[in-house]
Amino acid sequence: MSLFDKFQPIADIRSELKALGIMPFGAVTEKILSSTEAVVNGHKVILAGTNNYLGLTFDPECIAAAKQAIEEFGTGTTGSRMANGTFAGHIRLEQELAGYFERKHAIVFSTGYAATMGLGSTLAGPGDVIVLDADSHASIYDGVRLSGADIIRFRHNDAADLDKRLRRLGDRIDNTLIIVEGIYSMMGDQAPLADIAEVKRKYGGMLLVDEAHSLGMLGEHGRGVAEAAGVEDDVDFVVGTFSKSLGAIGGYCVSNHAELEAIRFAIRSYIFTASPSPSVIASTRVALRLMQERPELRERLWENAHRLYNGLQQLGFQVSPQVSPVIAVTVKQRDQAIAWWNELLQRGAYVNLVMPPASPTDDSLLRCSVSAAHSHEQIDRIIDAFATLQPQAAADHA
Amino acid sequence: MPDYNDFLARIFEILKPFAKQGIILNEESELVTELCLTSLQVMELIEQIEDHFDMSIPLNILPDIRTVHDLALQLEKLSN
Repeated sequence: MSLFDKFQPIADIRSELKALGIMPFGAVTEKILSSTEAVVNGHKVILAGTNNYLGLTFDPECIAAAKQAIEEFGTGTTGSRMANGTFAGHIRLEQELAGYFERKHAIVFSTGYAATMGLGSTLAGPGDVIVLDADSHASIYDGVRLSGADIIRFRHNDAADLDKRLRRLGDRIDNTLIIVEGIYSMMGDQAPLADIAEVKRKYGGMLLVDEAHSLGMLGEHGRGVAEAAGVEDDVDFVVGTFSKSLGAIGGYCVSNHAELEAIRFAIRSYIFTASPSPSVIASTRVALRLMQERPELRERLWENAHRLYNGLQQLGFQVSPQVSPVIAVTVKQRDQAIAWWNELLQRGAYVNLVMPPASPTDDSLLRCSVSAAHSHEQIDRIIDAFATLQPQAAADHA
Repeated sequence: MPDYNDFLARIFEILKPFAKQGIILNEESELVTELCLTSLQVMELIEQIEDHFDMSIPLNILPDIRTVHDLALQLEKLSN
């Protein structure tokens, strides 16, 4: 018995992949040519598996702001928000996020993981209850496990199942936190937030929505699924990230609860870690502004999403139930998924390979995501790459 | 109020399809190592019990569960 024994299954998979000469996990981006093209593992590819939804990582204004921030404030804050790591930019960004979401309070974190995990582990504690969607992100599961609260899952996107579980709580609903996402990260499907909010109003408790994958995409102002569903007033806490639509790294939580300011000083992933670098804050502030000033970005994003979704569906692949900028192709056989991932790479398309337990079922996924920056021609080239994979075989396996 | 035996009966009922050739299903049967349930299947087992007894089972109890007996015991504790 050694500490390393439990890693044997992972080591076995790595050996298998190494023998095949395929490296889907930790594929190396050697060169970035634009927000949509790169050289990955030696192949020139269209990037069809990033979270660069609005394509802002090469926006000149964002880059200029980041460069200026480095000149003015240096390469890093070298400190926690609780010590020396709060610069004027952090406060400004918090104010701008609060303003954008029309909430009173905001906290900026160093990563989205820290934000989600931090809220999940701190808002509820021993004796409290957390009821979360079964397909919640790892950061949510990690956070709630740490919290010490009683953790109850409800069936993915099933408001009737949520109703059952809240009903069973009786009085405990008063210290219950409900956690769901807006757009789910693997399949790109949306939570039925109108129904979920109705259940919450019926019983009580507080609702936290992780809109990591929905910022800038849905709702009149791009605030996500809650806005699109008209239930923002029922959402007590929104968490999100800077690493997708905003093209940087970091996370946030917004709320109208004044108590958020006290909670800030209890969240360990806020206190015990260095704050975001000045350049990250600067480019994120610009990206947040541009997202609001350029509605055409969102239009192009959804146009590309429909184009890719329809193309893959017509080829006979089993795609996600709903069109979204995240489009996952289900591949039942793991070895098939690995081989296809590699084929796609050879044919100029980088997508994400997702295997259990990261995928929500026992199947593997070839997870694609589109950007506002993709041209129609690039989307068509991604579809062409998939076309070479024998879609009839995919339909047969389904 | 369901008791240990009620829970045991229902667990055996749900696990019957998982008892492959040569595997004897009893209280000492280990869910993961003997019956080879994946973590997803353990979740589905939990869900079926929840629906049948109209109770919610916190995920917190999972680390303490190895055998059928462990599960039935935890369920009895929860319903009290």
